[in-house]
Amino acid sequence: MNTLRVLLMLAWRNLWRNHRRTFIMLAAISVGVWAMIFMTALTQGMVNEMVKDGVSALPGHVQVHHPNYRDDPNINNLIPMADTELSAKFAAAGFEQWASRIKVPAVITSERESRGVTLLGIDPNRERDLTFVDYEDIDGRFLEDEADKGVVIGRKLAETLDTDVGKRIVIMSQDPKNDIADRGFRVVGLFGANMQSLEETYVFAGKQTIQKLLSVGDHVTELVAMGDDYRNVEPVYEKVVKLVDDSVVVNRWFELDSYLGTMLRVMDGFVLIWVVVIFLALSFGLVNTLVMAVFERVREIGLMLALGMKPSSILGQIIIESMLLLVIGLAIGNVLAVASIAPLNSGIDISIVAEGMEMMGSASVLYPQLRMEDVILANVVVLILGFFASLSPAWRASRFQPIEAITRVD
Amino acid sequence: MAAVRCIDICKTYLQGDQEIKALDHLSIEIEAGGFVCLSSPSGGGKTTLLNAIGGLDKPDSGEVWIEDQRIDTMSKGELADLRLRKIGFVFQAYNLIPVLTARENVEFVMQVQGLSPAMRRERSTELLNEVGLAGLENRRPAQMSGGQQQRVAVARAIASRPTLVLADEPTANLDSKTSDGLMDLFEELNTHHKTTFVIATHDQRVMAHVPRLVRMLDGRIVDDIEQNAA
Repeated sequence: MNTLRVLLMLAWRNLWRNHRRTFIMLAAISVGVWAMIFMTALTQGMVNEMVKDGVSALPGHVQVHHPNYRDDPNINNLIPMADTELSAKFAAAGFEQWASRIKVPAVITSERESRGVTLLGIDPNRERDLTFVDYEDIDGRFLEDEADKGVVIGRKLAETLDTDVGKRIVIMSQDPKNDIADRGFRVVGLFGANMQSLEETYVFAGKQTIQKLLSVGDHVTELVAMGDDYRNVEPVYEKVVKLVDDSVVVNRWFELDSYLGTMLRVMDGFVLIWVVVIFLALSFGLVNTLVMAVFERVREIGLMLALGMKPSSILGQIIIESMLLLVIGLAIGNVLAVASIAPLNSGIDISIVAEGMEMMGSASVLYPQLRMEDVILANVVVLILGFFASLSPAWRASRFQPIEAITRVD
Repeated sequence: MAAVRCIDICKTYLQGDQEIKALDHLSIEIEAGGFVCLSSPSGGGKTTLLNAIGGLDKPDSGEVWIEDQRIDTMSKGELADLRLRKIGFVFQAYNLIPVLTARENVEFVMQVQGLSPAMRRERSTELLNEVGLAGLENRRPAQMSGGQQQRVAVARAIASRPTLVLADEPTANLDSKTSDGLMDLFEELNTHHKTTFVIATHDQRVMAHVPRLVRMLDGRIVDDIEQNAA
């Protein structure tokens, strides 16, 4: 303990022997750490938006389907269990949110145009907190209940079809007997979304209305449950698996959208690589500083060895010096990162590159996400790699022969 | 028991292509509580002998004993521990750690030894008074003269109560008055604490102070004189 106190005192005072060098190194570490955390927050923000948008377009962290539905999402691949029976089970299980729906391909036709769309027969009250649609931002109104006779389409689709609220359109799909099932609907509302593709693709109608149209009785194609964190869906998954039998398959969101799942993993890996690359650039400065510090103090180190300080203590002293430098640099870097990210919480407008971002599945406003795990990762990587980077100069210092070091001539 | 025993030690250095015999089959025994001066012209081997005794350098052959411990076969760690516990050093120059104050320099070895802060403070105060540096405790080496620095080094060398003090040209950078004062201090410590002193020097005034004068030439002892100190 005594030796540690001496080493700490020596390391601290040696650090401030050359103020200018220490300040330059601190500036380099602080800026490096700031860059690590800031860029990571931007990246995580982008990924978060992509995944959130992706999951809200699916939507649902965990989904239940007929085993063939994912390969062929048509009305023949209904969930075999009755909707009321399954819904009762899900309602009793205490999920954050859950819903059952019919989701099938369909064709929508106005008097001018036709488009292929995904028809969603939903219970609007259950979907309120699941869907990407903001019920308060509707031209007209959203569906009122699952027996609603109207449809709600995206603004972009309305523009394409040259239709509007109050006008009629025809929706056409197939029933389980492979007969055409079609019906005229009145457009009761137009929704907006942060990605045009969502406005073009989805058409919402009441679940019961669609069940009747497609003659599927009390059956649905999809049952979904949401947790509170898309990164941790296992508890929800395990709960859902217990509620269903072997006639259906249960998938997590990243299995349903492998692009998003892969993107999330790639971005997590990218963050680590980014942190390590910045550190490698920093480490040249750090090692150079330590080597300089050691070679300026050869005689002094020789003296301490001669007085009975063990080589391991010399090694410890240099490493402590390096750690002190890193800890101060990390503290400043962390403060800078938090201070620069906090004002951006309301989002960064990147609409200038909106098209490119939409291709990647992201919206045109970027919300930097400062996650504690990322801050810890950056700090731990810097400390651990810093420790290893300082081993070489520290080891060399500890191997000095006392008498050669003391008598060394500059 | 002898404080120091060197048996037939040899040490050779290479200087370019030339072999320099710094120690040439040298044997010497120094009794506990002894006060010995090693004297030789430059390159005569006195510093090499001092370094071998202090475990700072290993002889090529022969044995070096400190009390009952053979030190020429010890590991670096064991030697460091021996120096920490038993040996005090005073070097000719670069004696102090620049980032520590006079008091901290004196306390350095005691702190590494693990002595309590109160004991360290008491001893350092006492020793700094003894070497005439009362009031300069908080000065750093750069704020002190060469003589003052050397006295701090002496205080540090004896602060941990070593049984052996090795001093290499301790008066080389000092004026005659400071030099005499330092030798008086060594004598007093030798007398009161029974600390063994081995001093390497070619300062005639130092040689005159000591009861035993060992003259060396080309790595050999050529004269070993018991004398009445001045």
